[in-house]
Amino acid sequence: MHWLHDLKQDWVGNVRADLLAGLVVALALIPEAIAFSIIAGVDPKIGLYASFSIAVITAIVGGRPGMISAATAATAVVMVTLVRDHGLQYLLACTILTGGIQIVAGYLKLARMMTFVSRSVMTGFVNALAILIFMAQLPELINVPILTYALVALGLAIIYLVPLVFKSIPSPLLCIIVVTSLVWFFDLDLRTVGDMGALPDTLPIFLFPDVPLNFETLMIILPYSLAVAAVGLLESMMTAQIVDELTDTTGDKNRECIGQGAANLVTGFFGGMAGCAMIGQSIINIKSGGRGRLSCLFAGVALLFMILVLGDLVSQIPMAALVAIMIMVSIGTFNWTSIKNLREHPRSSSIVMLSTVLLVVYTHNLAIGVFCGVLLSALFFAAKIAQIFRVTSTLSDDGRARTYVVEGQVFFASAEVFEASFDYREALDRVVIDVSRAHIWDISSVAAVDMVTLKFRREGTQVEIVGMNEASVTIVDKLGISDKPGALDKLLGH
Amino acid sequence: MKIIAFVDGSNYSQSVCDYAVWAAQGLPADVELFHILGRRSRTAEPADLSGNLRFGERTDLLDQLSKADEQWMQLAQARGRAVLDDAVARITQKTDQSVTMRLRHDDFVATLIDYEKDAEMVIVGKRGEASGFAREHLGSNLERALRSAEKPVLVASFEYKPIDTCLIAYDGGKSIGKSLDFICASPLFKGVKFHLLLVSRGDAAAEAKVQAAKSRLKGADIDAEVIIRDGHAEHVIHDVSLEIGANLLIMGAYGHSRVRNFIIGSTTTAVVRACRMPLLMFR
Repeated sequence: MHWLHDLKQDWVGNVRADLLAGLVVALALIPEAIAFSIIAGVDPKIGLYASFSIAVITAIVGGRPGMISAATAATAVVMVTLVRDHGLQYLLACTILTGGIQIVAGYLKLARMMTFVSRSVMTGFVNALAILIFMAQLPELINVPILTYALVALGLAIIYLVPLVFKSIPSPLLCIIVVTSLVWFFDLDLRTVGDMGALPDTLPIFLFPDVPLNFETLMIILPYSLAVAAVGLLESMMTAQIVDELTDTTGDKNRECIGQGAANLVTGFFGGMAGCAMIGQSIINIKSGGRGRLSCLFAGVALLFMILVLGDLVSQIPMAALVAIMIMVSIGTFNWTSIKNLREHPRSSSIVMLSTVLLVVYTHNLAIGVFCGVLLSALFFAAKIAQIFRVTSTLSDDGRARTYVVEGQVFFASAEVFEASFDYREALDRVVIDVSRAHIWDISSVAAVDMVTLKFRREGTQVEIVGMNEASVTIVDKLGISDKPGALDKLLGH
Repeated sequence: MKIIAFVDGSNYSQSVCDYAVWAAQGLPADVELFHILGRRSRTAEPADLSGNLRFGERTDLLDQLSKADEQWMQLAQARGRAVLDDAVARITQKTDQSVTMRLRHDDFVATLIDYEKDAEMVIVGKRGEASGFAREHLGSNLERALRSAEKPVLVASFEYKPIDTCLIAYDGGKSIGKSLDFICASPLFKGVKFHLLLVSRGDAAAEAKVQAAKSRLKGADIDAEVIIRDGHAEHVIHDVSLEIGANLLIMGAYGHSRVRNFIIGSTTTAVVRACRMPLLMFR
């Protein structure tokens, strides 16, 4: 019953604004889809078909209304070498496999893994993405006629300045119209979209990718599919979170994974490249008033309609106009406050952010950057927690026995300090190690306790460990706190 | 014991309060009054269709959207408090039972499900704030509420009238059986005249059942008269209620699935729509 109500809300809760926003998004999607096809090294029509199909399918089966998905830079950069070395058909096969992997990830509820991606890693991801988008524009900005710079500058001026006066016309559209008209009017000889490859001239057609169905093919596409699936889900989950924050509602992350997978799976069969959710476009959608599923669906449909009807005009768009729009996307995607935060945030989080960015820019693979970022944040966290640890001791009155009291977190990162906290040179009859106020988290710490005991014994000292049972409650993989009332109090009260 | 009542500041809120007083004194029970602020309107602020992304667009947009929400919600909260204050004043004037107020950001039906568990009865208005006076239009949330509620739901009519004559639309179903349990066990209906209406064309089994229901009420020291009529349920219920001057209609709610109702229509919806008196619904 609830779902019916929600379904209605999602689709027709905001029709007028959704349609308007969808149109604005479609206008912005066209240049982006073309640009991202060029990044991947395929004809613009591959990206345009993908954007249509991904937008429509995620609108219907995705888990986050108000989010826009299409062909993206993040997935395009991962596929560059696949296209270069093996060609378009392998990219389509890779897209289909990506979809399958993402659907499995959705059913395995891997979206919860996102809790391990810290804010610094996310910031790094977003910044790296912005840099990649910008870098992809460089070929259009190096060794080109001076005039190109003038047109790009003009385009950027239109994009940023016109909205100060009119908010009712999408300024990127205005940029395209003005720059294209100028080039056409003065008959300037500049590179245009038409020079970059074929545009769609029909509706997408269902086709099985022309690749041999064998193990070898699988081995070629699998690494790419895994990377694209990971990158696609990462950006989608991040975008979903941003949309969650902006609209103060919650989407269904696992359903979104499945939706992204279904979209890629189908898109591969219709001759499109893999894509995912788009941070910039989703922000534009929210800003234009889009909240429901309708806006993403309409964006996809409007995009294909415009391309089919206006295909000839679209091929006349000079690359300069496109570059201006992509520079805007890159500027809008970059998290500018993160630069200011470099000085204010703890150094460890800045290191995580910067290494994520550097690795991505170096490898052109967002998945690798994020993976290392996550590892680094985990290491920094472990190092931090390892400091919550102390050993104090008291000598008995007769000077023959000592009681060590261990408090805090004992695990792999603090095991060495733990071992070093005892004075083995002191000749004693008896040592009591009280660990009842410590948490023994893992096997390393158990081994450390054993080692300490052994060392004392070798010195001829009798050792007694107190409170090992309480301390090692935490050693199991899953703390059974929820079903034992008072268990958490006991842990925290240590 | 407690009853929960929902007020939304619509024209029905006053009668919701009055019926809450009736139930609070009759049972007797304390009253928990709810005002639901609802989901934030999804329609965005005046749209910015410029389609560009400026420096720091994300943070700016977040600021802007949250400010707009904040303003809207502050107003809604102030209004909600006022609605609740009025309702409490109206109720405490007429009963000594304690009244508590709850203002929640939630979905109406979700709140109902969460809070009805330890309540004896739920009271809601027939139409919501948004539906105004379009007579045919039911409160959009009412059907959802009636389908979800486990406890009896009193759907308040526009005007409060003291309850002395009560019509039970008897259909032999499980829900109506629950209503008999409730009537027999509750002190709420002391001195109320009951009529058991069966819509049937010579169905002996059903008629035997309605007589059994009558003797069941008799066993609880409640007098009831049996009326058997033939015709369209919704029309018969309407006509009979006018004839006997009923001021409360008791019936089972939504015996059928949504799909079936979509195709052949729902008696419950038709009756609720046409009926000018409060309804006590059981599921």
